[in-house]
Amino acid sequence: MTSQRLAYTYLSDHQREAIDSWRARFPDHDQGRQSAVIQALHIAQEGNGGWLSQQMLDAVADYLELTPVRVYEVATFYSMFHLHPVGRHKVNICQNISCMLCGSDELVRHIEQHLGIGLGETTADGRITLVPEDECLAACTGAPMMLVDEHYYTDLTPEKATAILDSLE
Amino acid sequence: MSANPEQPDDQVTITIDGAEYQASKGATIIEVADANGVDIPRFCYHPKLTAPANCRMCLVDIEMNGKAAPKPMPACITAIGDGMVVRTESERAVSAQRNVMEFLLINHPLDCPICDQGGECELQDLALGYGRGISRFTERKRVVDDEDLGPLVETEMTRCIHCTRCVRFLDEIAGTSELGALHRGEHTEIGTFVGRGIHSELSGNVIDLCPVGALTNKPYRYTARAWEMLSHPTVGPHDAIGSNISLHQVRGTVKRVVPRNNEAVNETWIADRDRYSYQGIYAEDRLQEPIARDGDKWQAMDWQEALESVAGRLKEVAAQDPSQIAAWVSPSATLEEQYLLNRLMRGLGSDNVDVRLRQADTRDGDSPSPGLGMPIAATEDVDAALLVGSHTRHDQPLLNHRLRKAGLNGAHIMALDTRRHDWNYELSEELVAHPDQLARELALIAAAMAAYVGRGVVEGLHAYTGGAEPGDNHKRVAQRLVDAGSALVMSGDAVELHQGGADLRALTALIAELAGAHHGQLGTGANAFGGWIAGAVPYRGADGSPARGMSVAETIADPRRCYVVVNLEPEHDCFDGAAARRALEAAETVVVFSPYVTEAMREYADVILPIGAFGETAGTFVNAEGRWQTFAGVGRPIGEARPAWRVFRVLGNLLSLDRFEYNAPDEIHAELQGLWERQGNPSNGGWQGRPAEPWLGHGSLVRAGNTAIYGTDPLVRRGEALQRTPHAGAARPTLSPATAQQLGVNDGDWISLDQGGPSVRLQASVDDALADSTVWLPAGLEGTAGLGPVHGPINIQRT
Repeated sequence: MTSQRLAYTYLSDHQREAIDSWRARFPDHDQGRQSAVIQALHIAQEGNGGWLSQQMLDAVADYLELTPVRVYEVATFYSMFHLHPVGRHKVNICQNISCMLCGSDELVRHIEQHLGIGLGETTADGRITLVPEDECLAACTGAPMMLVDEHYYTDLTPEKATAILDSLE
Repeated sequence: MSANPEQPDDQVTITIDGAEYQASKGATIIEVADANGVDIPRFCYHPKLTAPANCRMCLVDIEMNGKAAPKPMPACITAIGDGMVVRTESERAVSAQRNVMEFLLINHPLDCPICDQGGECELQDLALGYGRGISRFTERKRVVDDEDLGPLVETEMTRCIHCTRCVRFLDEIAGTSELGALHRGEHTEIGTFVGRGIHSELSGNVIDLCPVGALTNKPYRYTARAWEMLSHPTVGPHDAIGSNISLHQVRGTVKRVVPRNNEAVNETWIADRDRYSYQGIYAEDRLQEPIARDGDKWQAMDWQEALESVAGRLKEVAAQDPSQIAAWVSPSATLEEQYLLNRLMRGLGSDNVDVRLRQADTRDGDSPSPGLGMPIAATEDVDAALLVGSHTRHDQPLLNHRLRKAGLNGAHIMALDTRRHDWNYELSEELVAHPDQLARELALIAAAMAAYVGRGVVEGLHAYTGGAEPGDNHKRVAQRLVDAGSALVMSGDAVELHQGGADLRALTALIAELAGAHHGQLGTGANAFGGWIAGAVPYRGADGSPARGMSVAETIADPRRCYVVVNLEPEHDCFDGAAARRALEAAETVVVFSPYVTEAMREYADVILPIGAFGETAGTFVNAEGRWQTFAGVGRPIGEARPAWRVFRVLGNLLSLDRFEYNAPDEIHAELQGLWERQGNPSNGGWQGRPAEPWLGHGSLVRAGNTAIYGTDPLVRRGEALQRTPHAGAARPTLSPATAQQLGVNDGDWISLDQGGPSVRLQASVDDALADSTVWLPAGLEGTAGLGPVHGPINIQRT
């Protein structure tokens, strides 16, 4: 086969530049470049509608000169990387101990009903994906809470939560 | 400060379970314990791999300077210190180990009765010592979907305990990093994620490494139990390494092959070729009884009748002109077989006996002997190496493993061939040239080297360089080899197959000499060096006396009336399969000794005698470093087949030859060893032995290649599982993009190829790894049998 670099097919100039800036912070050997995988995956995911396709993972591996499985390991380990298409907004309702004690179960039920989808699903209009149960989001003082894209919304009631979700484009 | 004033600075004293041990600083507790026979349970730790300390089974109690560590520590990554006290059997240590075991068993299925690992399972063994009699776990166990890793390794991933030995093996030893630990926590799974399977030529070793039944041997699956098999030590029959292996058999039937530890040879690994080729012993085309041609039909006969008929035919030809008899013998035949065949031939008056089936050019006739020129284990300590026409990764997988270690430690491993190869580590330099230009490239390296070491002009080199000046790449290669403390310059299979191979070998020898490097010459076969020792070469008797026989190449070019063919299929195993077959077909008498009978053989042979396959005969292989390794036969040969040495012995008696009264192979071995020990070390060729005139080249579109990894001999070509890997199957002729464009060929096109004889139709590949005007097409693959020389002119037509 004539080798065609995946990195140049699937990653934009801008993305490769952003990855370069992370890559430059670590030593230039296998393990060093491995340190840049998380940031590179964030950059790739952001430019790909919020999820990472197989090609994207391979492109990141190619660009960081790592064997693909090193990237697959990281991408499957962290729940902030999505390996299937997602909606325009990712909503993660914390259900760990503090939030659970403060009523996250009811919150989830209400939101599921309101949007007509379950956890792990995306609304038909492609607007919202409900991210499945995650680790504690470290905002116990404001329980129950949820993460919408990169913003924390704390001290939620079912009504407050649906209002926030309805305001999303 | 050392506690003991007598103790060297780099040594420390530690106490394990009340006994004191001296050990080197920096060693881990588990290393010291293993070296002294103290048993510490473990799953993830393996002495040949890095230690991740993730299974926690080796937790031990530690006390340093009278202070106990606050909690048990993993013995596999805890470095020893002077005065350290380790307790592996204290209440706290054992309780920690038992707790770890309880967690490991939580998700492990209780399917030992249907698990192939049962009876030889590290988890089962340790569960006996550390597990609870009754599980406290009443919840549901997790189930993991199995991934198809290919035809060699079976998966049952629900049994996996995530020790990651397989992941680390493929990372650190195989260099392919095909498996990973995916997902997290309870959801962790070992897999490829994308279903690509594992394709390393060493992949089977993950089966031995897996401490549970998650990765098992696919062809062996459900065919035997560990406790009903008997283990027989023997030697890998496919490459010049001579990996130490054991055949596991039940009632004479080989069920599987596993490695035997030998640090000097194969360490603890074996190549898949040695592990799975045993399937070829039970191929459907095994010949069960002697057969002879009777007009158009084939007639079975008993041994006495068959051998008398063979002896009669040979005598008849010998009486007229013994030089009309030629013997071709497999370079993987045993030393004893090669030696007796040599004695038979010379007894008949012919010196035309040869093991160098793949050597196209024998102009350097009596100078080179095969071999590595240095110990195998020492190759991992070289500072530089130049591999000429050798895809070592496929030709000699475990030599490549050693060179890879050297390369990862900073050695300059460099290569020259007609294409770039798929290496499992980064080479310092990979030179690619058209087959016609290989000699020129080597000559330029030699010229650069001569200049660098101040040798001035080397006589005869100008004929190869044509007065050209070395480029920067030649200078780099030259300087690295000269500057290296220890270096290896080696030619491989593609040089043997090259029609100007004598020039390439002479130039390789010159480079080695100028660099003060070790000089190796490795072709295919497990016993090519043995063939040389046994005198199964036309220019040399077993006692070292010179002779003037004809090589395989010469008896193909100048056909004989009578051929003796031992354990080979010329259409795959000779450098020019088509011409070899033509020579056999035109001969009056062809006697074939073979475990198998093929349609081709029925066309050219007159008598076919069934001989024992690998595992069915005792004998000796001499590996690349000159190590004689003797092994016994395991089972009786199938049907009426007999070990070849025994057949040759009887034939010798029937021909009334002297000293053919051997009762066992060790008598033959001892006789040959005596002859060998009286000789000096063989010379490994040299610049002085170069051909009078350089080979001129073909100047046209040329086929180049080597021997496919699973196509090297009749046994491996019948290894059914190996033949289903991507390394086998139909050949893909490969062209450079420029050449493909010139010929109007696209990647994936069906093309028809011919080398003057019948044409074959194959699917083309286009790859920028290739030199221009070259068609890469290895031997030993499906679709290449009817073609001409592996290195030679070729015509291509789009179809």
